[in-house]
Amino acid sequence: MNHIAPGRNAGVYSYDDIDRRFVAERVEQFRAQVERRLSGELTEDEFKPLRLMNGLYLQLHAYMLRIAVPYGVLTARQLRKLAEIGRKYDKGYGHFTTRQNLQFNWIKLEDTPAILHELAEVDMHALQTSGNCVRNVTTDQFVGAARDEVVDGRVYAEILRQWTTLHPEFTFLPRKFKIAIMGSDADRAAIRVHDVGVFAKRNERGEVGFTFYVGGGLGRSPFIGKLIRDWVPEEDFVAYLEAILRVYNQYGRRDNIYKARIKILVHELGQEKFTQEVEEEFARLRGPKYRLAPEVVDEIRRRFGGPAFETLTDEPESFQAAKAANPDFARWVAVNVLAHKVPGYAAATISLKPAGGIPGDATSEQMELIADLADAHSFGELRVSHAQNLVLAHVRQDELFTLWTALEANGLGTPNAGLIGDIIACPGLDYCALANARSIPLAQAISARFADPARQQTIGELGIKISGCINACGHHHVGAIGILGVDKKGEEFYQITVGGDPTLTTAIGDILGPAVTADETVDAIEAIVEVYLSNRHDGERFIDTLKRVGHGPFKERVYAAH
Amino acid sequence: MALSDKSRNEAVLKAITANRLRDGEVIFLAPGPDLGWVERLDAAALFEDAAAADTALAAAKAQAEGEQFAVDVYAFDLRVTDGQRVPVKTRERIRALGPTVRIDLGKQAAA
Repeated sequence: MNHIAPGRNAGVYSYDDIDRRFVAERVEQFRAQVERRLSGELTEDEFKPLRLMNGLYLQLHAYMLRIAVPYGVLTARQLRKLAEIGRKYDKGYGHFTTRQNLQFNWIKLEDTPAILHELAEVDMHALQTSGNCVRNVTTDQFVGAARDEVVDGRVYAEILRQWTTLHPEFTFLPRKFKIAIMGSDADRAAIRVHDVGVFAKRNERGEVGFTFYVGGGLGRSPFIGKLIRDWVPEEDFVAYLEAILRVYNQYGRRDNIYKARIKILVHELGQEKFTQEVEEEFARLRGPKYRLAPEVVDEIRRRFGGPAFETLTDEPESFQAAKAANPDFARWVAVNVLAHKVPGYAAATISLKPAGGIPGDATSEQMELIADLADAHSFGELRVSHAQNLVLAHVRQDELFTLWTALEANGLGTPNAGLIGDIIACPGLDYCALANARSIPLAQAISARFADPARQQTIGELGIKISGCINACGHHHVGAIGILGVDKKGEEFYQITVGGDPTLTTAIGDILGPAVTADETVDAIEAIVEVYLSNRHDGERFIDTLKRVGHGPFKERVYAAH
Repeated sequence: MALSDKSRNEAVLKAITANRLRDGEVIFLAPGPDLGWVERLDAAALFEDAAAADTALAAAKAQAEGEQFAVDVYAFDLRVTDGQRVPVKTRERIRALGPTVRIDLGKQAAA
């Protein structure tokens, strides 16, 4: 078995022998479970929870395998393996998800042990991507690169991955449990709509500590996470999280799936009572057993390694000249490129949202190209964003033009990160067994309607998020414009919300009016944008104009013909 | 893929569907007493009354459990319009053909 050599890929956690043995054992365990299911030793009712513990769902057309991309960070080699699996076992493509994972939609049960074995060869797996456990911990796609970063969230996300894997108290939680960590002043991980949202920060002495928000979530009953502690010292990070999960395990409802998430518990107990329970549990737990020792943190950090950055300066001459000579490149830089903490470098978003395309889908050929570009320009490392795009986080500014030229030539240079064409959409009724309506065709129609990059840039920051059912995998509640697919007597309709905000100023969108058809929805988005552009003040974002003028003008225009 | 339903006046029939355990393929209960399964809705058994569909469904579920061939067995409604079998619900139309956003994939690709 070939493994990634420690330190070969900068910024990617290197497995040790314990990690590898554990993953390999799980593969063999699942192989035996599949054999027992196929031979009839296990019934479907017995087997279903076992396959879900390995990320295998049964969807509309086939099995779907959800592969974990811990905190969204991948090596080029791992991406190549995903491309290979897509080609060999699926239909030549994969779908990047809002939890920074990857899904294959056409998997055969009988192939799954072989797929998991191949994943293990590159230190990957499908654990904790389903079931009532702590799911893949998500974080900022620019972690370790962003100029505004205060603490590297990857280190703590990895600590949580290790802490929660096989933890006996976290294996049968009342429901799934989602954690997000941010280590910058900005929130790029939607932390307040997670079961637990963690803000990593530093005090005046430079020590690391954490702010905990609990009880956020979307779905049928959206809630914004409540602040329960502003400062948890680094050494108590694991103890405090364990205290939260213990309170949830003790009081969380198991009698009603719709009331089982921690957001309902926090809501029903009340923020004060819930916090008191956590603090009492924390006081009991706090001690040597749960202390996160600095040397442990240092060892985890060491295993991530770090890119060998060169000493460069920002805005080198060749970069400036390329922007001046090529307006399309300049637009891509303005929209898709973020300032890096190291002078002379930049973080580039590769949009998986071409106009009229399927959000988050990438072919095996595209994955291989991006893997090659990651090797050539970003230390062999890349990230999956919760917005279903990919990121090369450490690109020399004087190599950005070469990178963009390659992306552009392969349909991957769309300049729309954070703009109206950068739509988050769940798989919807085209693939998902839970959905009530299709999401993807609507995303395609909207992005085609707003295909003009100049128009998108003029409109500015405006997030559209589409879910095909109330489970809200497309995060519609926190879309500046949210769209929820509903079934009305067998027909697909779409409910529009406005004013959602996934950042620290978190807000749940308000329903604008009655649900409309798919065609009417596209027209409604156009109408909303027109009202915004005709009312906005200089530099004002959509969401700010909406706050200032209220829903009235938008509602009036959208429903004028009704 | 046309998803419009122009056949509201046609009689509603039932067919029985499942996923094949081994590979997840969408399958339909075939006509006849043998409880066989076919991959295409065109070849599926149709039931005109609910009682017959319920009986066949119970038998198909028992067979699925016993032989480890099919999972998630259930009945759904469809109409026959101009000789075409059209499921009443969009979900079942998509399931019978493939994703509407990738007409190169699924059963529709081989149609």
